[in-house]
Amino acid sequence: MTEKRKTAEDMAKEQRAISVAEFFEKNRHLLGFDNPSKALLTVVKEAVDNSLDACEEASILPDIKVDMKQLEENRYQITIEDNGPGIMREQIPRIFAKLLYGSKFHRLRQSRGQQGIGISASVLYGQLTTGHPAIIHSKPHEKGKTHVFHLKVDTSTNEPEIIKEDLINDGMEHTGTKITITLEGKYIQRYHSAEEYLKQTAIVNPWAHITYKSPDGEKVDFPRVVNKLSEPSKEIKPHPYGVELGILIRMLKNTKARNLSAFLQNEFCRVGATSSEEICRLAGLKADDKPKDIEQKGQENLLKAMQRVKLMRPPTDCLSPIGDKILEQGLAKEINAEFIVTITREPSVYRGIPFQVEAGIAYGGELKEKVEGSEEDEESEESSDQVKLMRFANKIPLLYEPSGCAITKAVSSIKWRRYGLEHSAGNLPKGPAVIVVHIASAWVPYSSESKEAIANYPEIMKEIRLVVQECARKMLMHIRKQTKAKRETERLNVFENYLPLILESAKELAGVKEKIDIKPIIDKVIKKDLIDYGKKGD
Amino acid sequence: MAKKEIEIKKQLEDIGNKILKDVKENRVPYLKVPARTTNNIVFDPKTLCYILGDKTLTRSAGNIRHVKPLAQMLKIGAFCKELVSEGTKHETKRGLYYISESWGEKLKFDEQQESDNLIEDIEAIIEKPREDIHIIPNPGGSVYGDLTLKFKNPAGKDMQINCLQTADGQTIGPRMCEAEIVKCNANKIIAIETAGMYNRLMEENAHKKFNAILVSLEGQATRATRRLIKRISEIKNIPTYIFTDGDPWGLHIAMVIMAGSAKSAHVNRMLATPSATWIGVTASDIKKYKLRSDKLREVDFTRIKELKKDPRYKQDKRLQEELKLWEDIKKKAEQQALLKYGLRYVVDDYLPAKFKELGANVK
Repeated sequence: MTEKRKTAEDMAKEQRAISVAEFFEKNRHLLGFDNPSKALLTVVKEAVDNSLDACEEASILPDIKVDMKQLEENRYQITIEDNGPGIMREQIPRIFAKLLYGSKFHRLRQSRGQQGIGISASVLYGQLTTGHPAIIHSKPHEKGKTHVFHLKVDTSTNEPEIIKEDLINDGMEHTGTKITITLEGKYIQRYHSAEEYLKQTAIVNPWAHITYKSPDGEKVDFPRVVNKLSEPSKEIKPHPYGVELGILIRMLKNTKARNLSAFLQNEFCRVGATSSEEICRLAGLKADDKPKDIEQKGQENLLKAMQRVKLMRPPTDCLSPIGDKILEQGLAKEINAEFIVTITREPSVYRGIPFQVEAGIAYGGELKEKVEGSEEDEESEESSDQVKLMRFANKIPLLYEPSGCAITKAVSSIKWRRYGLEHSAGNLPKGPAVIVVHIASAWVPYSSESKEAIANYPEIMKEIRLVVQECARKMLMHIRKQTKAKRETERLNVFENYLPLILESAKELAGVKEKIDIKPIIDKVIKKDLIDYGKKGD
Repeated sequence: MAKKEIEIKKQLEDIGNKILKDVKENRVPYLKVPARTTNNIVFDPKTLCYILGDKTLTRSAGNIRHVKPLAQMLKIGAFCKELVSEGTKHETKRGLYYISESWGEKLKFDEQQESDNLIEDIEAIIEKPREDIHIIPNPGGSVYGDLTLKFKNPAGKDMQINCLQTADGQTIGPRMCEAEIVKCNANKIIAIETAGMYNRLMEENAHKKFNAILVSLEGQATRATRRLIKRISEIKNIPTYIFTDGDPWGLHIAMVIMAGSAKSAHVNRMLATPSATWIGVTASDIKKYKLRSDKLREVDFTRIKELKKDPRYKQDKRLQEELKLWEDIKKKAEQQALLKYGLRYVVDDYLPAKFKELGANVK
């Protein structure tokens, strides 16, 4: 009671903008900088994702070089260089040294990055852990010069701080961007490594040529096997099936359309004159009702009607799937398997947002050797004989949080024994296989801000199951064909193995030393056996 | 090499020659093997033995399921031919199973059951017990009495032994059971189930008193023991009497000596002694001599029911009656229960009475 009650004025004195440094400290786990080993991966990931996006938007076949050097025990320097369109001088400081600046946040279109936070967070992380600025090279014109910036983030204002700027002639013949970040980190190999990230990236972006130099000096080349970029995606309007009431109300308020019919046709995709009429009729509204005047009851009816009317699926050109053929090529170049199947589903919709699922299974070949050979990923949670599941969202590999992800759950929920793999319920199946699942969407529903796992929307789960099951069916056919062929050779081998032994023992028994040829009998037996075997119709 | 061994060797060679002939004449090689399946085991009322019927199985090298066992069977045959030629070497079934390890991955046996089975096939083909191809059973049982046998010792040297010149009787092993009978003046064989009663009879001079060869069975008689009993009994034309515990199990020990078992139907003719007679202890003896007894248990009753239906017992009125009596008195007694009347009673009273009852010479 004696304590003085605070006034709004008192409180206002305490209220202030928090610095980005503080924001970063509190949110580093969301940004991918929870620990030193993940930091290295995150920097590579953010820069490579940006490079791939930029190249694709500029219709350039990407050529990306990643170079990771160890400077001191816990200090690394990472350089990522691309042949993308480069960045105009004026944009460079803000893109790299201002958090939450970007072009991708505001649009409904598929791209790798979404929030305009990753690369500048990487710059900030390097700066906070080592004091070094990031060095950016950018060459936006083939014949022009290269801008060189040394940049830091001003941690109190979230504005770029230009430490140094240069314009140089580096003699490079193409446009492009190069970023060098010095940071604290810890280099690890295997599952959560930069190399694994790049390998998986290479699988789903086979039109990209990526080279990687590890801190050990090892050079890895991920070649380009497709000489055509995937079709660039377009922006789209929402589809009526997935709109929520709140969004619909906001759209009704903000629309420029004068009447309901125009509103439906202009603001949504796949709604034409006929379907808009149908929606109005089902909702008990008139086509010329003013959108702004529709009352709450009408709004609800409208939403129900929108979801009942028969409509085409949303257009797919806002999506940029990898494509089954290309995914197959990507898998084939990185995994030496005996059998590969890939399938791209038709697009579907969750909450009015189109998405599309693709999957692939690589089976056997070098994967068989791995299963038999080694205790591979001691660091990863999975046991080594489980299949390797590679998860992708908009062509980005997801390496963390596998267990919470819709992809893992959907794949684990399939009855794998039907498809010829060992399986205990609720887990990933076991066997010499890699399963790849890619979800392309204008807005990927991540289950957390760290963007490592897909949320469990039933529509998404269902699509994943369907496409993976379809792949699994094809794999099963392969396994069956293979075991049948194997059994057949085994049968023939039995005769080839034992008939000479029969002859040998018979000679011993008879006490005979002469040479007797068993080959004609073997041929005879095998021929006959094949006929008998065929008759049984095994 | 003895005549018998030359004959065996010839039989084994014939198997090899049959296969080679097939191959040379461009036929897929095969062997016919007497079927040892239950539907081919028949009861021969003449000998009261189970023997094999006429059914044969064809083991063809062109059959995916036969080709491996056929190769293995021939390999066993070749191995046994070596043993026979060598003369002094023998191996057990278990030993053969381990020897197959040296035949390579393709021929070696995964289970002893597999090699045992093929050995029995060879026995059936050549119609000789496996002892003749030097695959020997475990020794068991022993023999005592004025019996002189001639055999080759393990070193291959000819030797003679008189079974009285032994401490505890002569163990019946592979060499003993096939030994040549040089001298046997006894007029009967008494086979005894338990080692304890066998010892009693030895010490009470039963072999002299009854002019008998004493044989200790030690439970179910081994093949070697059965083979020796049969050989002495048939070669010397003397009867065999079997003295067991007074329960259905003891009776059946006697029956296996007399008529063989179903499982060995393919060699029963070489092992069984159909002329043998069961002395007792019978169910009637339990009553008559007021022997100390135990109650029959459930398993005993079940066994009695089985035996009553068994064709080997069906025709023998005396045995049927004894089985029935056991069911009535619900009691069983061991042969040593007779000791309640003193150490000498068995020799002085019980056995002479039994021999008279069975119409046999006591002396």
